[in-house]
Amino acid sequence: MEAYDKVLAARAKGRPTAMEYINNVFTDFQELHGDRRYGDDGAVVGGIGRLCGEAVTIIAQEKGGSTKDKIARNFGSPNPEGYRKALRLMKQAEKFGRPVVCLVDTSGAYPGMGAEERGQGLAIAENLMEMMTLKTPIISVLIGEGGSGGALALAVSDEVWMMENSIYSVISPEGCASILWRDAKKVREASQCLRLTAEDLYELGVIERIIPESDKDFGAAYELLRTWLKKALDDRRDLPLDELLEKRYERFRKFGK
Amino acid sequence: MIPRNLFKKANNELEDRQVVEEFVEPTQTCPDCGFELTTTELKDNHEVCSKCGHHFRMNARQRVELIADKDSFEELWADMESQNILDFPGYDDKLRSSKAKSGESEGVIVGEAAIGGHRCVMFVMEPEFMIGSMGTVVGEKITRAFELAAEKSLPVVGFTVSGGARMQEGILSLMQMAKTSGAVKRHSDAGLLYIVVLTDPTTGGVTASFAMEGDIILAEPGALVGFAGPRVIEQTIRKKLPKGFQTAEFLLDHGFVDAISPRSGQRDLLINLLALHSKEV
Repeated sequence: MEAYDKVLAARAKGRPTAMEYINNVFTDFQELHGDRRYGDDGAVVGGIGRLCGEAVTIIAQEKGGSTKDKIARNFGSPNPEGYRKALRLMKQAEKFGRPVVCLVDTSGAYPGMGAEERGQGLAIAENLMEMMTLKTPIISVLIGEGGSGGALALAVSDEVWMMENSIYSVISPEGCASILWRDAKKVREASQCLRLTAEDLYELGVIERIIPESDKDFGAAYELLRTWLKKALDDRRDLPLDELLEKRYERFRKFGK
Repeated sequence: MIPRNLFKKANNELEDRQVVEEFVEPTQTCPDCGFELTTTELKDNHEVCSKCGHHFRMNARQRVELIADKDSFEELWADMESQNILDFPGYDDKLRSSKAKSGESEGVIVGEAAIGGHRCVMFVMEPEFMIGSMGTVVGEKITRAFELAAEKSLPVVGFTVSGGARMQEGILSLMQMAKTSGAVKRHSDAGLLYIVVLTDPTTGGVTASFAMEGDIILAEPGALVGFAGPRVIEQTIRKKLPKGFQTAEFLLDHGFVDAISPRSGQRDLLINLLALHSKEV
């Protein structure tokens, strides 16, 4: 598959969104709303559930299913309160010693007036800082689109994985094409240049794992994801905290060293 | 030297006249008040309009000169240069022209310096180098600045100017946001001070990382500071943005910066803040 086909696949209508992962990979999920500062952001779903019996905090970007749902979720583009809700729930997870699983799916943090007025940049920056030293394991999985800083704000983790047909990029291919060639239609070329597919990113050492998808049955992908998440968390259960955090720091420190 | 036309007789009066070419100094028009300013005038006034106080963009070296104690700035990692790791089209040329234009090897300069006698690590971003966009080298130098400051228990004083993450280095640029934030956090957890001065423009991935992570955040008058650029917002909401949206003053109003810092009193302000955090009495 060409890079551009991956872009289309990652955005395809009918592709499972975060709630479907939550319902199929975890059990006993209870959603927890609000950032306790301003509001509740529908683009970010957070709560507690179980992974193979163990309690975990789950934070996910949700694009929505029906048109009405999509609007309520702002098409998966969070405002600052979404990132602040995520951070609140991460701090809660840290307090109760629960691991965190993040599911990333956004075309980007919302570029709106309200978002700027409420400090979009600061909200993302705080997550990057705090996640780096959060005293509990974090695993992030890109399930669709990983759009720039808005995605990274849920992906400063011990391991970052990608679904086979997801993408992760510093800028949308459309944005890149219009800057580079002043032609938003050259998306195909831009997709290629940006190296945004799971395979590219695995090669660049930006992700640790690719989760294969099957065309017909997504159940197998959920099954695999559950198994690997359990193993990743089991591997970290007895790891001393300073070692966990040192590894997380080094994981990001190595890029461009 | 003998003039070439020494033995040539003038055909008419005009031809014989000596043309004295006067040196005309280049000028810049202030975008705020329309005042014409000569380059020397601007330079002497630290790139500030003498009529209305508009702050023009300023080169990194000029800033160091304005802020740091004379000859105290010892530059570090000056020879680090970017590679076109992803073979991105046009990036090699862009790097070459940015070097020529700015006279710098990358979008930030870092060094140890003293400000009013207070030792610190300084980073200053360069507007003429791809508008200070953050690629792996910028990210690495900023990270090293904080790591060094943590190791030596020094404060960090930084000046941001950036269009955001550098598209030409793809995902590796994005990773610099996490990397630099991690280094800022470690420096902060060691109980050390980080003062950041936001200058025009500071946007995108730099705003969403180390620009907003200071203990004290200052901003220059009129500086554009935001996450999304104004054009992107206007395209999204299909409306014109109100005047003054995303300016330093707007950020102050909304509670995101500690103070507006005009260039004229900037060094004194920094000295006072550093002194207030100094353990030496």
